[in-house]
Amino acid sequence: MAFDLDEKLGDGRVGFFTDTSICIGCKACEVACKEWNAVPEDGLTFTGMSYDNTGGLSADTWRHVAFIEQRRPLGHQEPGVGGIDFRWLMASDVCKHCTHAACLDVCPTGSLFRTEFGTVVVQEDICNGCGYCVPACPFGVIGKRESSGTAAKCTMCYDRLGAGEEPACAKTCPTDSIQFGNLEELRERATRRLEQVREAGVASARLYGHDTGDGVGGTGAFFLLLDEPEVYGLPPDPVVTTRDLPSMWRHAGVAALALIAGVAAAAWRRRS
Amino acid sequence: MSQTDVRLDSTPGLRTEREATPGSAGRRRERLMMPEAGFDSYYGRPVLHEPTWQEPDIAGYLFLGGLAGASSTLAAAAELTGRHRLARVSKVAAVGALGGSFYALIHDLGRPERFVNMLRVFKVTSPMSVGTWILSLYAPQAGCAAAADLTGRFPALGRAAAVGAGLAGPAVATYTAALICDTAVPTWHDGFREMPFLFAGSATAAAGGLGMLAAPLSEAGPARRAALLGAVVECAAATRMERRLGVVAEPLKRSRLLRAGEALSLAGALAGITLGRRSRVAAMAAGAALLAGSACTRFGIFRAGMESARDPKYTVQPQRRRLAQTKAERELT
Amino acid sequence: MDFAWPLLRQLTGKDRLGRGQAVKSARTAALRARTSDADRVVKSVCPYCAVGCAQNVYVRDEKVVQVEGDPDSPVSRGRLCPKGSATLQLTTGPGRRYKTLYRPPGAADWQEIDLDTAMDMVADRIIATRRATWEWEHDGRRTARTMGLASLGGATLDNEENYLIKKLLTALGVVQIENQARVCHSSTVVGLGTSFGRGGATTFLQDLQHSDCVVIQGSNFAEAHPVGFQWVMEAKARGAVIIHIDPRFTRTSALADLHVPIRAGSDVAFLGAIINHVLENDLYFHEYVVDYTNAAAILSEDYRDAEDLDGVFSGFDAERHVYSDDSWQYEGTRIAPASGARDEDYGHEHPPGRGEVSGATGLPLDGTARRDETLRHPRCVMQVLRRHFARYTPEMVERVCGVPRALFAQVCRHLTENSGPDRTAEFVYAVGWTQHSDGAQFIRAASILQLLLGNMGRPGGGIQALRGHAGIQGSSDIPTLFNLLPGYIPMPHAHEHERMRDFLHADAPTKGFWANMPAYLVSLLKAWWGEAAQPDNDFHFDYLPRLTGSHSTYDTVLAQLDGTCKGYLLMGENPAVGSANARMQRLGMAKLDWLVVRDLNLIESATWWQDGPEIESGELKTAEIGTEVFFFPAATHTEKNGSFTNTNRWLQWHHQAVEPAGDARSDLWFMYHLGRIIKEKLAGSTDPMDAPLLDLTWDYPVTGGTAEPDAQAVLAEINGSDAAGRPLSGYAELRADGSTACGCWIYCGVYADGVNQAARRKPAAEQDWVAAEWAWAWPANRRVLYNRASARPDGSPWSERKKLVWWDADAGRWTGYDVPDFEVDKSPGYRPDPDAQGVAALSGIDPFIMQGDGKGWLFAPTGVVDGPLPVHYEPQDSPVANPLYGHQRNPARKLYPRADNRYHPSGNEPGASVYPYVVTTYRLTEHFTAGGMSRHQPYLAELQPEMFCEVSPELAAERGLVHGDWATVITARNAIEARVLVTDRIVPLHLDGQVVHQIGLPFHFGPNGLARGDAANELSAIALDPNSHIQEVKALSADIRPGRRPRGPALPELVRAYQERAGVGGGTGTEV
Ligand SMILES: Nc1nc2c(c(=O)[nH]1)N[C@H]1C(S)=C(S)[C@@H](COP(=O)(O)OP(=O)(O)OC[C@H]3O[C@@H](n4cnc5c(=O)[nH]c(N)nc54)[C@H](O)[C@@H]3O)O[C@H]1N2
Ligand SMILES: Nc1nc2c(c(=O)[nH]1)N[C@H]1C(S)=C(S)[C@@H](COP(=O)(O)OP(=O)(O)OC[C@H]3O[C@@H](n4cnc5c(=O)[nH]c(N)nc54)[C@H](O)[C@@H]3O)O[C@H]1N2
Ligand code: SF4
Ligand code: SF4
Ligand code: SF4
Ligand code: SF4
Ligand code: SF4
Ligand SMILES: [Mo]
Repeated sequence: MAFDLDEKLGDGRVGFFTDTSICIGCKACEVACKEWNAVPEDGLTFTGMSYDNTGGLSADTWRHVAFIEQRRPLGHQEPGVGGIDFRWLMASDVCKHCTHAACLDVCPTGSLFRTEFGTVVVQEDICNGCGYCVPACPFGVIGKRESSGTAAKCTMCYDRLGAGEEPACAKTCPTDSIQFGNLEELRERATRRLEQVREAGVASARLYGHDTGDGVGGTGAFFLLLDEPEVYGLPPDPVVTTRDLPSMWRHAGVAALALIAGVAAAAWRRRS
Repeated sequence: MSQTDVRLDSTPGLRTEREATPGSAGRRRERLMMPEAGFDSYYGRPVLHEPTWQEPDIAGYLFLGGLAGASSTLAAAAELTGRHRLARVSKVAAVGALGGSFYALIHDLGRPERFVNMLRVFKVTSPMSVGTWILSLYAPQAGCAAAADLTGRFPALGRAAAVGAGLAGPAVATYTAALICDTAVPTWHDGFREMPFLFAGSATAAAGGLGMLAAPLSEAGPARRAALLGAVVECAAATRMERRLGVVAEPLKRSRLLRAGEALSLAGALAGITLGRRSRVAAMAAGAALLAGSACTRFGIFRAGMESARDPKYTVQPQRRRLAQTKAERELT
Repeated sequence: MDFAWPLLRQLTGKDRLGRGQAVKSARTAALRARTSDADRVVKSVCPYCAVGCAQNVYVRDEKVVQVEGDPDSPVSRGRLCPKGSATLQLTTGPGRRYKTLYRPPGAADWQEIDLDTAMDMVADRIIATRRATWEWEHDGRRTARTMGLASLGGATLDNEENYLIKKLLTALGVVQIENQARVCHSSTVVGLGTSFGRGGATTFLQDLQHSDCVVIQGSNFAEAHPVGFQWVMEAKARGAVIIHIDPRFTRTSALADLHVPIRAGSDVAFLGAIINHVLENDLYFHEYVVDYTNAAAILSEDYRDAEDLDGVFSGFDAERHVYSDDSWQYEGTRIAPASGARDEDYGHEHPPGRGEVSGATGLPLDGTARRDETLRHPRCVMQVLRRHFARYTPEMVERVCGVPRALFAQVCRHLTENSGPDRTAEFVYAVGWTQHSDGAQFIRAASILQLLLGNMGRPGGGIQALRGHAGIQGSSDIPTLFNLLPGYIPMPHAHEHERMRDFLHADAPTKGFWANMPAYLVSLLKAWWGEAAQPDNDFHFDYLPRLTGSHSTYDTVLAQLDGTCKGYLLMGENPAVGSANARMQRLGMAKLDWLVVRDLNLIESATWWQDGPEIESGELKTAEIGTEVFFFPAATHTEKNGSFTNTNRWLQWHHQAVEPAGDARSDLWFMYHLGRIIKEKLAGSTDPMDAPLLDLTWDYPVTGGTAEPDAQAVLAEINGSDAAGRPLSGYAELRADGSTACGCWIYCGVYADGVNQAARRKPAAEQDWVAAEWAWAWPANRRVLYNRASARPDGSPWSERKKLVWWDADAGRWTGYDVPDFEVDKSPGYRPDPDAQGVAALSGIDPFIMQGDGKGWLFAPTGVVDGPLPVHYEPQDSPVANPLYGHQRNPARKLYPRADNRYHPSGNEPGASVYPYVVTTYRLTEHFTAGGMSRHQPYLAELQPEMFCEVSPELAAERGLVHGDWATVITARNAIEARVLVTDRIVPLHLDGQVVHQIGLPFHFGPNGLARGDAANELSAIALDPNSHIQEVKALSADIRPGRRPRGPALPELVRAYQERAGVGGGTGTEV
C-alpha cells in the first residue's frame, strides 16, 4: 500500500483517454500544449525515428507523439507495401496523472500537489529544482528544465480547467484521439471502444493505465494501445516506488540502529 | 456490411468520429501475435528519465552524509568512552562532511536560493523531506558538539549535543539509502532491502577510516574495529544485493568502482586492524583507503543506478517477468 | 486555518500528508487562464491552409495572447492542426520582422529605411519602369500594357487584397500578375471546369461523413488538411471504406483500410482501367449516365481517337505541338460561333488557362447535339469511351503503375459496390494530381469515373479538390492571375481593333449561363472605372491591357532572364524555394532592376543576393548583383480585416484583433497607398497611357493611425451595387447597360442587404449539417454543386438514404437541405424550345447548368487543349517507357528548353539510366509550403528540423544509403543533399519485370529559418501542363548517392558531369 491512505480521489476527477487507433500523428497536441503553456522549443535535431523528432517527454515536451513502423498487420488493413505486413502506429503520450503519483509523493517542497481535479501539478514558484521527482516517475515523464532550474510537466492545463475549459491538447486534436472528461465516464467509454476495435479485427488492441488495480492505482491519463506498452516507450508494469517506502523506512531504521550498535560495540572497551 | 445511418435530415448534434476503426474494412485478418523473443523498446530510448542529479554533487553527498552521520556516532561513542582526541576529530570531520554535503545538496538544486522551501512541509512520503528534517535536527547538534569541543566552552551542552548528534547520525547515514531507493531507478529501487545496510556499513567504514587517519593510534581502536565491521557489512550487503536483483544487478556487477570500493574498504579495514594498530603511517594509509573505498562505493552505486535508468532493458524486462509471474499465479489459482 | 506556512496547514487541516490543498501556493491559487481574462475575443480564420478552420483570437492589453480553434465552426469544430495551433507564434513570435529594409544595387547588406520613403521610392520605380517599357502595340495589335512589371503572390492574402492588386496593376497596364494558384491547382480549374462547369471542389468537407467509400488519391489528406480529415474519420465511423492511393504509405494510409502504392505520374492508367472495368462490366449508373452526362451525344465524323493514332487525337499540329479542337465537336454543334475567330486565337497558339475560364461558368456551346439515348451509336460518346479505355486493363495497371492486380481489383470492387442510387463514393485529391505535365487530364479521368458511377451532385459523392492556401480559392476567383478577370471572365487578347462586342461575341455564347457574361463584364468595368465607363466609350473596355500568349509566372521568369521584365513585386510568395527550378527563379531575380518583397519574415526570395545557393557556389557575386531590393514587413491575419475563401468556396471573414506593430502593414494598405501615391504623382497627366489609372475608382475610406483602408468597403465593391449605390443580393440582378457595378460577379450576394454575409457565424450546433448560415459560399451560398443530380430525372430523390434536393411538385419548386443548384421553379418536365437562348435553353434534366448543354462531360469537345479524353503519358522525366502508346510524353506539353532547364532522357532513350529513380515531392503536416510560415516558427521547426529523403530499404541497399546519414540527389538541373530516412513506407514497384524505386522529398526546406535544408525545387524542371501552365513537380527522375553534396564550384561541376554522362542536350526530351 502506498502512502495514499488519505488520498481520496473523488468523483470530480478528470482525465484523458487517448485512443491511439485514430491518431493521425499530426502533433497538433504537441504544439497546442507548447503554445498554451509557453514551453520552450526542445532542440532542432533530426532523429531518424520515423516522423518523431521530439524523442520523448521532458521538461520541455509535455505531449509527445510516438511513431512506430512495424512489419505487423493492423486488423483487416491492406497496407499494400509488397509482400510484407506493415502498420504505422502513432500515439500521443502525456503525464499519466497517476492515482498513486510517485513524483508527488517524493517532492520535498510541496511543489507538486494534487489538485481539486485529481490531477498532479508542479507549482513553478515553489519548486527548488531538487530533481527528486524526475527519477521517481515510473513513466519518465517529468523533467527538470535547464533554463529555469525547476521541474516541469503537463499540468492538465490546470488554469484552463479552472476556467471550465478543456485542455489545449484535447481541444485541438483533429480526430478526437485525445478525449478529455470525467475519468469514470472515460473508463466506461474506453471499455466499449476496446471491444469495438477488437471486434473490427484489431486483436492487438489493449487498454493501458485503465486498471485501477495496477501498480500506480490506474492512471488519470490512460490509453488504447495497439501493441505492447514498451513498443511505445511505456513501462509494461509500472509501480509507484513509494509502495515500498514503508519497507524502505524499516530497513533504513534497522540499518541505523545497527550502525549505532556496531559503533557502540566497537567502542565498548574503555580506553586502556 | 456497413453500419451507416446517414441522417440527412436537419438533426443537429453531429456525431463525433471517435468510433472510426481504421483497418476494419480490408480483406486481411490480423494474426494473433506471438510474443517476440527479446524485448521491445522505443528506438532503444530509456523508459525512465535518469536522475538530473550531478555525480560529484549527489554521489559526493551520499558519501559525505554517511561520513558525517557515522562520524558523529563514532564521536559520541568516543566521547562516552573517554577517547577525546578521537571524539574531536570525528566531530570536526562530521561538521566538515556535513558542510560539504550541504554545499553539494544546495549546489545541485536548480534554484539553490529556494533551499528553504524544503521546510515548507514535512512529507513522510518523501525521503528527501524526511532527510531534510533529520538534517535540521542533526546539523545544529553536530555543530554545537564540534564548537563546544574546539572552544572548550559549554562542555555539558557540548556533550549533550554530541550524544544527540551521535544518535541522529545513523539516520543521516541511512536515510540517503531510502532516498535513492525511493525512485523508479531499477537498480536502486530493487536494492532497497540491502541499500541501507550497504550505506550504513560504508558510512561506518568511512568514519572509522577518518578516525584512523586523524586520531592517535592510542585512541583509534574503536575506529579500527568500526571500520572493519562497516567494511564487512558493506561488502556483505553488496554481495547479497547483486545476487538477489537478477538482471537489474548487471550494472552493479559491471561496476569497476564498486569492485575498487570493496577492495579498498576491506584492505583498509584489514590493514587498519593489523598494521594500523602499530604504525601511524599505516593507520593513515588504511584510513585513507577506507575513505576512498567508501567514496568509490557511493559513486559506484550512483553510476550503476544511472546506467540502469538509461537502458530500457532494466525497466522492461523485470516488469515483463513480473507480469508473467502474476499471470502464471493467477492461472494456477 | 489559513496559515501562511504550509506545514501548519498540513498539521491542522485534512491534508496531513501534504500532498494536496495544504501545499498550494498563493500564486497557484491566483492562477487564471489567460483566455478567461482576455479583454476581447476576436473571430478569425486560420491563415495557413484552405480548410479554413475558425479561430478565436484572445486579446489582452492590445496584444494577442492566445489563438485557438472556434468550436462553433461547422468545418473545424474547434480543432486546429499543428500549424493552426502555432498561429500565436506565427503572429507574435520571434520570426516576424517589423522594419522596412532596403538593399541598394551591389550592396552587401540591408539598411533600414523609412516606410514612407520606401513607398515613395517604389512608386517612382513603378512609374519609371512603366514609362520605359510601355507597349501600345505588339505585332501590330493593340496591347496597351507594360511587360516590364510583374507581380507574384496572393494565395496567402485576403480576397479584398487580391482585388486591389488585380485592379491597380491592371489599370497600370500590368498583365504579368500571378499567384500560387498557377503552381498549385490551376489544372483543377481546367479539369473540373470542363467536366462539370465550375472549377471548384463540388462538395464540402462535412459532407464526407455521408460517403460510403472515400478514395483519396493524389492527396495526403491527413497530413495536408488534417482538420478536414476528421470528416473522413466520421465517414469511417459510419462504415465507409477508406482507400488511399499514393506512392508512399503516409499518415493518411495509416488510417485507411486500403493503401495502394502507385508509381508517381501513372494515375491516368489506373483511373482509366477503373473506367474500363466499369464500362466492360456494365457497372455504370445507367439512368444517371443517360440523362445527366453527354454519353448519348454523337461526335462529328472527323473525330479520331488516340486509340486510332497511337496516342494523339485528331487535330494535332506536330510542328507547333498544339491541337485544334475542331474535330472534337458533337455532331450538329460548334462551340464557337461560325463567324469570326475566338478571341484567344492570337498567334495561332492556344494560350494556357483558357480552360480555367470555365472555372465558374462552364463552357459555351451553340446548336444542339445529336443524341442516341440507347448509347449504341458507334460515334456516341459512350461508345467512343469504351473504345478509348479498352486498352486500360488490369495488366496495364500492373505494368504502368506497379499495382498488383489483386489490389486493383479490390479498389474496383469497393468503388462500384459503393456507388448507385443507394450509395455514394467520393474522390478526394489535391496536388498529387494537379502538378503533372498532363495534370488536367488526371482530374478529367476522375471526373469521367464519378459521372459514370453517378456520384456527382449527391451527398457523400462528388470530387473534393483540396486546395492549398487559406486564400487560394479566392485568389483564383478574384484572380491575381494573368489570364483571368474576376469571376473567371477571360482577359482579352490583343487584336487590331476590338470592341467589347467582338470580345463578347467571340467568347460568350448563347446557351447556358455564359449568355449573361455581358452583364458581368460591364458591371466589372463599372466597378473599376465608375463614371468614366460609359456605353459610348464601350465602358472603357480598351483600358484593359491585352494578352499575347502566355504570361504565366514561368514565362515571367524567362522574361526576367531575358531582361524584358525589370520590376517585380513579391507579395506573399517564395519562388526561390516554392517554384520549379528554384535556381532559375533566383537567376531571374538577379537580372531585375528592382524587387519588392512583402512578407512576414526574411524568406529566401528576399535574401538570395546575400546568402543564396548561387553565392555559395560562386555563380553569383553579391557585389555584382545590381538588383535593388525592398523588404516590407507584412501584417498578419490577426492584424487586418478581410475574407478568405476556403477550399469549398466558403468566404469566411476574419476580424482585426490588434494593430500591426512597427512598419508592418496589410497588403490592402500597401496596394491602396501605392495606388494613391502613384495617382498623386501622375495627377494631371494627359498621356493616354495614364488615363486608366487616373480614371480608376480608388476612394476607399481609411481608419486608424496607419490609415488602413476599410476592407469591408472593398468587399462591398466586390459584391456590387445598383445605380443608387444599394448592395446587390445576387448576380441575377446584374445588368449589361451600365446600371450596376460589381467587382466579381460570382461573389455577388456576399454583401446582400449591406450585411457582411461572410462574417456570419451561427454556431454549427444550432444548424443542420449544411450549416448554411455559417459564412457564405459562392455561388449563391450553395454547398453541394450540381445538386439537381441528387434527384432522379423526375425530381424525386434517388433514394431515401441519399436525398438532398428534390422537386416539390405541389409547391412547384425545388427544395431540400441545400440551396438547389438549379432554377428553383424550373420543373423536371421542362424542355426548351429548339431556339431557346441563355438559361432557358437548359431543360429540366440538365443538372450541369453551367455547361452549354447542361450535361456532365464524359467527353470534352472543347476546353482541354491536350485532348478530349485522358491518355496516359509518362512524366517529362521518367525512367519508364510508355507501354500504352508510341508517344512517351504528352505531345502538347509546354517546355522551356534552356541551358539552366535541361530535361532528362526517359524510358528507353539512351542515357535514361543515369537518372534511374522516380522522385516525388510533397508536404509534411508540420510545415507549410515554401516554409515562410513554418520554418521560422520554433514549435513547428523542431518537429521536422531538417530536409530528408525517404527511400526503401531495397534502394538503400542498392545505393549504399545509410539511415540517418546524408544522401545527394541529382538531376540535370541541380543537386541537393538530404538526410536519409530508410522506411518500409516506400516500396519498390515491380512493373513489367522492371523494378522502379521511388524517392520521396518534402519540398518545404530552404536555407533560411530554423528548420533548414536544400530545397527540393532545385531539382525540378519547368515542364508544364499546356492547359494551365502548372509545373511537373510530382514526378521526375533522378539519381541518388550516399554522402553530402559538393560545395562551391564543385556542385555545378557534378551536375554537368551527370548531364554529360546522360548525353543531355538542348533537344533532350523535347520530342512530340
Ligand atoms: N501541412 C501542410 N498542409 C498543407 C500545405 C503544407 O505545405 N503543409 N500546403 C497546402 C497547399 S498549398 C496545398 S496545394 C495542399 C496540397 O495537399 P496535398 O496534395 O495533399 O499535398 P502533397 O503532399 O503535395 O501531395 C499529396 C500526395 O500526393 C502524392 N503523390 C505524388 N505524386 C503522385 C502521383 O502521381 N499520383 C498520386 N496518386 N499521388 C501522388 C504524394 O506522395 C503525397 O502524399 O496542402 C495544403 N495544406
Ligand atoms: N516541388 C514542389 N514544389 C511545389 C509544390 C510541391 O508539391 N512540390 N507545391 C506547390 C504549391 S501547391 C504551392 S501553393 C506553392 C507554394 O509556394 P509559395 O507560395 O512560394 O510558398 P509559401 O511559403 O506559401 O509562400 C507564401 C509566403 O507568404 C507569406 N505570407 C503569409 N501571410 C502573408 C500576408 O498576409 N502578406 C504577405 N505579404 N505575405 C504573407 C509567408 O510568410 C510566405 O513566405 O509551392 C508549389 N511548389
Ligand atoms: S493532435 Fe490528436 S491526432 Fe494529432 S498527434 Fe495529437 S493525438 Fe494524434
Ligand atoms: S506520470 Fe510521472 S509525472 Fe505524471 S503523475 Fe505519474 S509519476 Fe507523476
Ligand atoms: S524538483 Fe521541484 S517538483 Fe520535483 S521534487 Fe523537487 S521540488 Fe518537487
Ligand atoms: S493537458 Fe495541457 S499541459 Fe497537459 S499536455 Fe495537454 S496541453 Fe499540455
Ligand atoms: S492549417 Fe488548415 S487544417 Fe490546419 S488549422 Fe489551419 S486551416 Fe485548419
Ligand atoms: Mo498549393
